[in-house]
Amino acid sequence: MYQFNYQKAGSADEAASAVSSAEDGRFLAGGMTLIPTLKQRLAQPSDLVDLADVNDLAGVSDGGDSITIGAMTRHVDVATSNVVQSKIPALASLADNIGDPQVRNRGTIGGSVANNDPAADYPAAVLALNATVITNQREITAEDFFDGMFTTALEDGELITAVRFPVPDKAGYAKFPNPASRYALVGVMVAQTGGETRVSVTGAGQDGVFRAAEIESALSGSWSADAAKGVKMSDDGLNADIHASAEYRAHLISVMASRAVDAAG
Amino acid sequence: MPTVSMTVNGKSVSADVEPRTLLVQYLREHLGMTGTHVGCDTSQCGACVVHVNGESLKSCTMLAAQAEGADVTTIEGLANGDELHPMQEAFRENHGLQCGFCTPGMVMSALDLVQKNPDPSEREVREWLEGNLCRCTGYHNIVKSILAGAQALKG
Repeated sequence: MYQFNYQKAGSADEAASAVSSAEDGRFLAGGMTLIPTLKQRLAQPSDLVDLADVNDLAGVSDGGDSITIGAMTRHVDVATSNVVQSKIPALASLADNIGDPQVRNRGTIGGSVANNDPAADYPAAVLALNATVITNQREITAEDFFDGMFTTALEDGELITAVRFPVPDKAGYAKFPNPASRYALVGVMVAQTGGETRVSVTGAGQDGVFRAAEIESALSGSWSADAAKGVKMSDDGLNADIHASAEYRAHLISVMASRAVDAAG
Repeated sequence: MPTVSMTVNGKSVSADVEPRTLLVQYLREHLGMTGTHVGCDTSQCGACVVHVNGESLKSCTMLAAQAEGADVTTIEGLANGDELHPMQEAFRENHGLQCGFCTPGMVMSALDLVQKNPDPSEREVREWLEGNLCRCTGYHNIVKSILAGAQALKG
């Protein structure tokens, strides 16, 4: 790692101003991506501002027809939250299958969403559930938030404080994990909320998470695993690497979508 | 250099370290506690698993500064003098190691599992070990050891 300055912030405002006033400041949440990135010298921030002591950024609150999850809420705490398990079980199960137990003990929803890794799980949930990303400055809809691989609508010094998920009528998530990293080779979330069907795909797209309009229209016609599986996805714009070709990923999208429908019930 | 202080295996420790010092470096290089291993250095193998405030995590993916004030337990903190911890004893009895490099992380990870789930099934043990790799591929006996260790700890 290159050298950097480290400080712990006591509040969201303090963290935001520390990052803004640094030469090249970065927020440090769980560090499950940032620290490996620093270790490989793929980034060289001047300052890390640790959010661990900002207590009001962590926790789940039940808003009736929505739940709000603080940005510093760890994957293990989302997975085991009674509120998440009862209101959006698909989200609890998604969190319970991120990485491994040690990663889930550190990694946070805010960190994952801000990083927008094209193979991360949470972006699929944010997009399919039509969640709202809440920052220290504004609220951003899922549609406007994700802006391509590792890119979001966040401005410099803008900090995610929470993510608000409307409670769906039904939702399910299925992923085909990379056997080593557990990142999604392809992950699909399907959701029905107030008559609207949304299907999002992570792990597959060259521009990160995206909605699969073909599967959405198939499921709007008939909410069934067979309807999802019957859609033949194009491999245009899909990733190809040593783990899977674009064609294979296209195939997996329909298969994962059908499993997600099964999981949603 | 900033001073980082924490409790390691019940003992207060303190060292002046650069902010970029990882927890595992702090343990191994500054405290001389080399029981915690660095296997992959890419957060995947779990040889470096320790407990921080009672939960398992990868000490190669945490800064020492992030553990300021924390209560850390490493593999060195388990045995009672010459008497092995029941989970260590279970690994010995069941030949839960071949080269032994991954063992400290396996044991620390296993102990976090049994504190959350005192009577895990074989499948639950295998799923829990997602973050621990054994390059000797000795998983079968590692799983056996953890199942036996869990029973021993239940008493």
